[in-house]
Amino acid sequence: MDMNEIKEIFFQECEEQLAELESGLLKLNDGDRDPETVNAVFRAVHSIKGGAGAFGLDDLVSFAHVFETTLDCVRSNKLEPSQDVLKVMLKSADVLADLVTAARDGGGVDEGRSRGLVKELEALARGELPSGGASEAPKPPAKPAPAPVAVAPAPAPAPTDDSGFQPIPFTFDEFGDEEATIEPSSFEVVFKPRRELYSKGNEAALLLRDLSRVGEMSINCDIDSLPAFEKMDPEAAYFSWTINVKTTKSEQDIRSVFEFAEWDCDLDVKLAESTDEELPMIPVPFDLDFLNDDSVDDEPAVENHSAEQAAAVAAAEAASNVSKMAAAAARVEKKESQSAAAAAAAAASANAANAAAGAGQTIRVDLDRVDRLINLVGELVINQAMLSQSVIENDTTGTSSINMGLEELQQLTREIQDSVMAIRAQPVKPVFQRMSRIVREVADMVGKSIRLVTEGENTEVDKTVIDKLAEPLTHMIRNAVDHGIETPEKREAAGKNPEGTVKLTAKHRSGRILIELQDDGAGINRERVRQKAIDNDLIPADANLTDEEIDNLIFMPGFSTADKISDISGRGVGMDVVKRSIQALGGRISISSRPGQGSTFTMSLPLTLAVLDGMVVTVAGQTLVVPLTAIVETLQPEAAAIHSFGANQRLISIRNSFCPLVDVGRILNFRSIQANPVEGVALLVESEGGGQRALMVDAIQGQRQVVIKSLEANYTHVPGIAAATILGDGRVALILDVDAVVAASRGQSLRGDGALKSDMSLAATG
Amino acid sequence: MSYAVKNLAQGSRELIAFRIGDQEFCVNIMSVREIRGWTKATSLPHSPSYVMGVINLRGAVLPIVDLSARLGMRRAEPTPRHVIIVAQVKSRVVGMLVEAVSDILTVTDENIQPVPEVSSDLEKQYARGILAIDKRMICLIELDALFPDTESEAA
Repeated sequence: MDMNEIKEIFFQECEEQLAELESGLLKLNDGDRDPETVNAVFRAVHSIKGGAGAFGLDDLVSFAHVFETTLDCVRSNKLEPSQDVLKVMLKSADVLADLVTAARDGGGVDEGRSRGLVKELEALARGELPSGGASEAPKPPAKPAPAPVAVAPAPAPAPTDDSGFQPIPFTFDEFGDEEATIEPSSFEVVFKPRRELYSKGNEAALLLRDLSRVGEMSINCDIDSLPAFEKMDPEAAYFSWTINVKTTKSEQDIRSVFEFAEWDCDLDVKLAESTDEELPMIPVPFDLDFLNDDSVDDEPAVENHSAEQAAAVAAAEAASNVSKMAAAAARVEKKESQSAAAAAAAAASANAANAAAGAGQTIRVDLDRVDRLINLVGELVINQAMLSQSVIENDTTGTSSINMGLEELQQLTREIQDSVMAIRAQPVKPVFQRMSRIVREVADMVGKSIRLVTEGENTEVDKTVIDKLAEPLTHMIRNAVDHGIETPEKREAAGKNPEGTVKLTAKHRSGRILIELQDDGAGINRERVRQKAIDNDLIPADANLTDEEIDNLIFMPGFSTADKISDISGRGVGMDVVKRSIQALGGRISISSRPGQGSTFTMSLPLTLAVLDGMVVTVAGQTLVVPLTAIVETLQPEAAAIHSFGANQRLISIRNSFCPLVDVGRILNFRSIQANPVEGVALLVESEGGGQRALMVDAIQGQRQVVIKSLEANYTHVPGIAAATILGDGRVALILDVDAVVAASRGQSLRGDGALKSDMSLAATG
Repeated sequence: MSYAVKNLAQGSRELIAFRIGDQEFCVNIMSVREIRGWTKATSLPHSPSYVMGVINLRGAVLPIVDLSARLGMRRAEPTPRHVIIVAQVKSRVVGMLVEAVSDILTVTDENIQPVPEVSSDLEKQYARGILAIDKRMICLIELDALFPDTESEAA
């Protein structure tokens, strides 16, 4: 592994840390005061700093350092994480992300911006509140420490580690107060390495030697947890040390000794105080003589509530190291419920549950490998289908053991396929997080105050969908901030909260993912949209359009309603681009808007681009697959229900409402004359505009899960066809693009009315 | 096959010859992936007349082009004796329907005669030379010219 690869890993980890940082800050912004959240944020910045230092990325290190210092003030409760403070921090997180990007791809960052933020951060660290938060008087450095139980939202219960520590709630309030350490003071350091510390090549003795250089110290080693020799794991960590350091330096200096080992050990540094509790363990003198001569003190330091502290640290670490400990924490939660009950109220269990849900063991796998696996499973599914079809053809009794075996095989294949697909499924969280930055930046640029609320970030969807989602979503978010939400003054005049809200929601709905973008702005100005469409020659001046149709005009190419063209949006590339990219993903987008209350964009996307459940139908001798998600119902039309409408159109009455009939065979040019509807089957489909259409097909063959095969790979896009698949007989079948077919039928009818010039017409592209 | 032996020196290349109607054509063997029997293709809507449809080639969707129609001759009526030449054209794989594969030729550049001036644009576009072998005339065609990337979009 060469340096570049290591660096690449570092940058990958940076991405994760930045995501962690941002989500932590946003949690704090929402009023979360869990010390663990603060810790997570601090840790993220710290890790980036550490890695950047190793690669000599000085810009990154120096910025991260300032950021870290300020965060440390929050961690030690010297700085109240108010909205204004967090605003600065969120911006700093953005700059940090920019710096990481600049370090990876080259290129510069906005120097002025980062310098300005450094100043702001430093001011915060000094205890000066940002100008915006004048109402709040500067707080004294540390809040009077209240009873620990009352304050501390207890972290996840501690795992029973080998030293038998019990979880005890604690608070960060007690943590160091640097200014108070001018006088030589004694610190109590409890250092318990975990096995990772050793496996990463750190050496406890060397750390202790470094610590001895900070000041005078005495060391006690706890060897209680050392098992009998024959039970000993040579790579495990059994020792812990209690060190008394007398120094003029600050707690920070002591911590910095452990800087690169901090996350692999349980470390507690505190000012030595009077104690009311004996150590439950018997410390034995620990001699550092073998390393060097200075500072050997054999006096056993049996004082202080180090056990309590160590346990508390263990608890905190357990909660923090969720990836390793989530399972343990969940287990412990049951076992330890009694000991934890006192403090770990609902908050703790919620934390543990969150931790367990949000983490777990993960491995990095090359995407190519996963894709290869998915392709192979796709082949397996096709082969299995072919096999069972040929067995059914040759075996008329239908009861043989081959049939039974085949059925089991079918179930297994389906299960394998589902599991493989799950590998690619990822939560939409990273995309949503990127959006929060965009909201911040754009809102800043246009001088609006906007809050992004996200919901359902853990909704999972195929990675390809996620990758392609970011762009249209960015565009829509910008639009919402720039056009959707009014200026604070206008909002106030309308009696609304001057702060606008943009809400981004993801949820699963009937095998698709539904993403909603909701703003509480002014809604679509239908008069202006209409006028604009007329001005741009998109519709004739006398067109009679419903509200829904007017709203959907914004998806027409070359449509932009903003009065002034801004930097952010409104350069003519607009919602039509969004619509096209959503459609390219096999998705639909629609808008609903209420004047004065805001607009909601709803995107519905397939969960995966690899398989779909389809209805296999016959049209003019051809076998087609219609995505099941599009079909509302199927029905056998009766002659009495068919009504001619105009020259070519026919409507079918379904429960007293009339629905246009669309002959799929005609639209796809499979036949030249319209089929007799009575002889076929009608599939009632929901189109993206919300209206229903009845698609005429000749017959339904059955339902099947099909593997999507690209037509574009070797051929080209075919209008009206979404993709291809291979059926059980080995033949290729085409998957119908229902929306395109519906749009084509609408295009024709609209052209007939002369109301809309539609670019969607399929006939034109044929 | 005296012509084949003497030309294994440098500069020689191998071509695969096939028959469409009463004419013979050949393409560079390096672009040919495989030759397979005719199977019925699934027809595509809104496709040019020479695109017969798509077939399943071990899991991939392979478009089949009626080479006879593509070259401006009458449309083929495929029989079980027809074959499909699967060829790589740039990044794409296409299947070409021909009547039969007749030969594998090893030729040098000297064996290839220039295309005579004819009025047909189509011939000028795809023909890259003419070979005279055993009193037969074989036309060397360029697949890249037959299936340019833009062709599909224009379709």
